[in-house]
Amino acid sequence: MNNNNSWKRILWLLSGVGFLIGLYGLYARLTLGHTDANYGSYIPWGLWVAGYVYLIGLSAGAFLLSTLVYVFRVKILEPIGRLALFTAVTTLVGAMVLIFLDLGHPERAWRLALHTNFRSIMGWMIWLYTGYFILLLVELWFASRVDLVACAGNPGFSGRLCRFLSFGSQDVSPERAAKDRHTLRILGTIGVPLAIAFHGGVGALFGVIGAREYWHSGLSPIFFLVGALLSGGALLTFVTAIWGPDVKSEKGQKLVLLLGQITLGLLAFDVLLEWAEYSIGLWNAVPGKTNGLLLTLKGPYWWVFWFVHLGLGVIVPGLLLALRGRSISAITTAGALIAVTFLSVRLNFVIPALAEPELEGLRTAFTGPGLTFSYFPSVSEWMLFIWAISVAALIFLAGTQLLPLTPKEA
Amino acid sequence: MSKVEEATAVTAVTTRRNFLRSVVGMASVAAVATPLARKTATPASGSRNTIQSTPAQQVTAVDGPQDPLERMRADLARALQKPEAERRWVMVIDLRKCVGCTACTISCVAENHLPPGVVYRPVLEEEIGTFPNVAKRFLPRPCMQCDNPPCVDVCPVGATWKRSDGIIEIDYDQCIGCRYCITACPYNARTFDRGFVYNDESYVDNSVTFVGVADAEAYEMAAPYEYGEERPRKDGRSPIGNARKCHFCLHRLEKGMLPACTTTCIGRATYFGDASDPDSLVADLIASPNVMRLKEALGTEPKVYYLQ
Ligand code: SF4
Ligand code: SF4
Repeated sequence: MNNNNSWKRILWLLSGVGFLIGLYGLYARLTLGHTDANYGSYIPWGLWVAGYVYLIGLSAGAFLLSTLVYVFRVKILEPIGRLALFTAVTTLVGAMVLIFLDLGHPERAWRLALHTNFRSIMGWMIWLYTGYFILLLVELWFASRVDLVACAGNPGFSGRLCRFLSFGSQDVSPERAAKDRHTLRILGTIGVPLAIAFHGGVGALFGVIGAREYWHSGLSPIFFLVGALLSGGALLTFVTAIWGPDVKSEKGQKLVLLLGQITLGLLAFDVLLEWAEYSIGLWNAVPGKTNGLLLTLKGPYWWVFWFVHLGLGVIVPGLLLALRGRSISAITTAGALIAVTFLSVRLNFVIPALAEPELEGLRTAFTGPGLTFSYFPSVSEWMLFIWAISVAALIFLAGTQLLPLTPKEA
Repeated sequence: MSKVEEATAVTAVTTRRNFLRSVVGMASVAAVATPLARKTATPASGSRNTIQSTPAQQVTAVDGPQDPLERMRADLARALQKPEAERRWVMVIDLRKCVGCTACTISCVAENHLPPGVVYRPVLEEEIGTFPNVAKRFLPRPCMQCDNPPCVDVCPVGATWKRSDGIIEIDYDQCIGCRYCITACPYNARTFDRGFVYNDESYVDNSVTFVGVADAEAYEMAAPYEYGEERPRKDGRSPIGNARKCHFCLHRLEKGMLPACTTTCIGRATYFGDASDPDSLVADLIASPNVMRLKEALGTEPKVYYLQ
């Protein structure tokens, strides 16, 4: 437990500091608009879009794993159902903050809902996200209801919050609890296609862009889903080890070991898909198509692929999980590594496709801010990104303190 | 040069224009001579000399005796008599005549008050061959106003669409600035207005005194005529934060004027008009066998044609 408490303290500290220094990014975005950013005309999407894809993937992955509890009723995973749902909620909030501020005119975001163009995959997104968000909250409520009623009697803020969130519900009878479980199963069942649709949809959003060979693949949605499961699964493994049932208990230990194995399996599958993308792409008969891939492997940011992704995101955690799969700390570290470094996969998906001129000669034809094919996020871009992540993390941390996210006996 | 002089005499324009025309004619012919020779000489070896001495009239012959600008203006006036849906605006760019001066790029910047980071019509330079056998090709690249525009369907809020005359329009008040369309264009023809201004401190070199800075600043901040709307550049208002692209100077067309790039092209390399009018100059030009379009294989059906 001590170990866990120190993890928690570190995370509170990191998120708090991240939130404060990240405020600079928010300030820069609000006062300077997009002039302080390094994306522009030729590379129109940067860290914020990649960060959004990353966070939304974490959310979808965590949610899909929660369905193992509520739809497929995998008993052993039951204690972490709510943690998974709450992880999905907070990462979704972080993603929405980022993509909202990325818009050229965030004040017109309502147009997405009221003037939706359903021929655009992005048009679908707003509806899928809204549906998903509502579903998450309702599901979380049903999953926590009994415990909310119980903690409503607690003194202090937590008790008041529980009282408020139980919305007057008092019934804790076993019949009512069984009814809740039934409702949860229905909600979760609706959630599965919804989560697949919206995260596969994010992959499709890129996949349909025929102008960018790098994105234009039927594998893109699949790649996104598997990536979501992997990164979300890894994050959930980490979260479970810290906030889940006591890892000293047999039940807690089993749970983390199982999640570690699931993560390892997903990692292997993800590597397989990646191998397919890279080997087919590089072994291409038309050389132009390979440019984006070569850029990730040999371009100015080659280390993102080799060190961050392959080293810290695949090899180290892969070895930890395969060779030290019975050590809780090894599994926790592996989960954290995969979850954090997965940002590099998203960056390496979004940026290289844009970093190749569509026409020969564009690079030098007319220059100016944003009329360039190289990109590294600016300080204020990093800061806003850190801020969004910290907001999500702080909500999560506060939730773990105030809400009944794990069953009491755990 | 005789043909050029003869042509000007026939059209009986002012002496000043005669002078300019001759100079421009000479300049463009001189500038295209080398690349033309290189390109056409390659397949039939040994024919280089003959081609190099190609008289000027072969290059300008398509224009006929009339100043192409005059003819295009007349074509435009005729097109405007028709309902919008019956017009088919196309642009034709003669790569043999383009001298790579970028006058069109700059006139477009001036016409539409484009800020730093936004460009509608860059001129791409390509070097062909290795030294000493090099030729340069210049390729102006406006928006292709694709007949099957990949940029339109992706817009999540329907802020960009194809008009009935084929021009792809953006409604700056609807556009939320998501930039999806920018990623979808296979020609990099859309750019993102991030809100820069040329007269910003970071651009102005204080060690040099520029004449007319105040006027330039006033001009830059004043509303252009784009889409016939009044949009001064201030307070982050649209088009700041929007996707922007060439619109064939729609606002000028509606007033009977040719696009800015077309009128300022010193090589007379850019042509514009209504291709659905068989008597128009562009209709003649796109029937030439040496016509090509960019990335034809994508099926976007660009309405910008190149002659090579
Ligand atoms: S060139 Fe690009 S911006 Fe222009 S119509 Fe085609 S796809 Fe759209
Ligand atoms: S940037 Fe504007 S025009 Fe382009 S897709 Fe987004 S909302 Fe539509």
